[in-house]
Amino acid sequence: MNTHDLALRIRRHAVRMTHLGKSSHVAAVLSMADIIAVLYGQVLNKLPSEPKWPERDRFILSKGHAGAGIYAALAETGYFSVDELETHYANGSRLSGHVSHRGIPGVELSTGSLGHGLPVAVGMAFAAKLDSKRYRVYVLVGDGECDEGSNWEAALFASHHKLSNLIAIVDYNKLQSLATVEETLRLEPFSAKWKSFGWDVIEVDGHEHEALGEVLNLDPSNGERPLCVVAHTVKGKGVSFMENSVLWHYRSPQGEEYEMALEELGRFADER
Amino acid sequence: MRDEFVRTLTEIAMEDRNVILVTGDLGFGVLTRFAKEFPEQFLNAGVAEQNMTGLAVGMSLEGKVVYTYSIANFPTLRCLEQIRNDACYHQANIKIVAIGGGFCYGSLGVSHHATEDLAIMRALPDITVIAPGDTTETAAATRAIYEVPGTCYLRLGRGGEPKVHEGDIDFKIGKAIKLFDGVDVVLISTGGILKNAFEARKKLSSIGLSVGLYSMHTLKPIDREMIERVAVRTRLIVTIEEHSVIGGLGGAVAEILAQMPQPKARLKMIGLQDCFSSIVGDQDYLRRMYGLDVDSIVKAVNDILR
Repeated sequence: MNTHDLALRIRRHAVRMTHLGKSSHVAAVLSMADIIAVLYGQVLNKLPSEPKWPERDRFILSKGHAGAGIYAALAETGYFSVDELETHYANGSRLSGHVSHRGIPGVELSTGSLGHGLPVAVGMAFAAKLDSKRYRVYVLVGDGECDEGSNWEAALFASHHKLSNLIAIVDYNKLQSLATVEETLRLEPFSAKWKSFGWDVIEVDGHEHEALGEVLNLDPSNGERPLCVVAHTVKGKGVSFMENSVLWHYRSPQGEEYEMALEELGRFADER
Repeated sequence: MRDEFVRTLTEIAMEDRNVILVTGDLGFGVLTRFAKEFPEQFLNAGVAEQNMTGLAVGMSLEGKVVYTYSIANFPTLRCLEQIRNDACYHQANIKIVAIGGGFCYGSLGVSHHATEDLAIMRALPDITVIAPGDTTETAAATRAIYEVPGTCYLRLGRGGEPKVHEGDIDFKIGKAIKLFDGVDVVLISTGGILKNAFEARKKLSSIGLSVGLYSMHTLKPIDREMIERVAVRTRLIVTIEEHSVIGGLGGAVAEILAQMPQPKARLKMIGLQDCFSSIVGDQDYLRRMYGLDVDSIVKAVNDILR
């Protein structure tokens, strides 16, 4: 499956899952869907039949509230049945609103409280260096999440220890829980912050698959620095009335809105 | 206890190259030799406990056995959510080590009094919580937590604690160590206050009482069987801890007694009565202030039995 198809599937699943589960955070999934699709469809070295394959690249979703997107990507790439996605958020389901690893092949780390993913990714990258392993560690963090101080503790550590096998991607959609990032806690000059912490920084359009693929596949900077990919995104991307709206951090698509969202996204060929 | 911990960990580190010690920028003089001998197995994470704990989890998920090391409440409360979500929920093989349990750093003030850590750690699922009673137990505990997979919390004293046990001990996680049998009263102690419990028992015995003494080094999983056995035989159980009586050893024993159909024993909980100590002083001074010295323990038992 090409990454565009995968992104579409992730988006449609996210709309459907949050519709069925009457759950929040659909816009957060739409924001990162292209990044996730490029990672799972093209970048990550992985073996779905053997989720714990030692040589696999590690991926951590630190903005765990967008867990529906990871479940969708894992199901679509063969880690578990696509049918199970319908249980998301339901009573008795293992697919919790925030991503959980227990019983779910392919999830490296359960998250949900923000600011946890990067420190753990740093530990994985550090261990890889110690053991001269070749896998890379990818972690996707939200922009609002960058308010958490633990990220900056980890950022210091990663550059001090030259973790060039670590790639942090920021889903920079400029909206957080109640308002814009700019109105809440300003991150700008954002790239300069990562640079001053000793990271290589590349800014990219977080919806351009080719550009994303190129950046995420880059060879580590001569073994010296971790890489931060600041991915400029649109929260709610792909559904016009969800785009750039705080409301859709919370609202669940129902009725006409649900139908309109699916209509705008478009169907994929073998959709049931 | 600090030295026994480092000595035992040095032995383990020599046997297993996957064992890593990570400090939160503390351990001046104490960890120097370890750092020199095992540069590949030692890491100073800086003054950043959240990252220290998260990175320890990341390393453990890659097969390392990681000991995080700091003092007082820094390796526990400062990064509590990392312990809960990242370590415990993932059953990560990390061992959290706190130096300075209770009033070890009494004069440094409230920030350095570790007096609720056991209760808070014990409330988490999927964790083992251990507070050794003396140096012998410390060495045994350091190895025991290495041998048991999963997240463990090891709460130690500082340096210079006396040996309470004479000779070898049979240290098993979750099994209290019996030092003495007794009929009239049974003292149960956790952590470095064991020495005072031991001396208090001696005094109580000398006035004709039959006094039992146990070291409850493991607070989780607690030795329920031992508590239930004692509770039907004796009329008084006294818990002694350099810690709040809420949720620590006293709380844990109370939880068990309260669910027994007909316990014979009543419970006296000696420890901090839900307070901060803004008054400072050395460890012995603060122990006296809060009824944890030998005479206060003796008096507390006598007041009930007479």
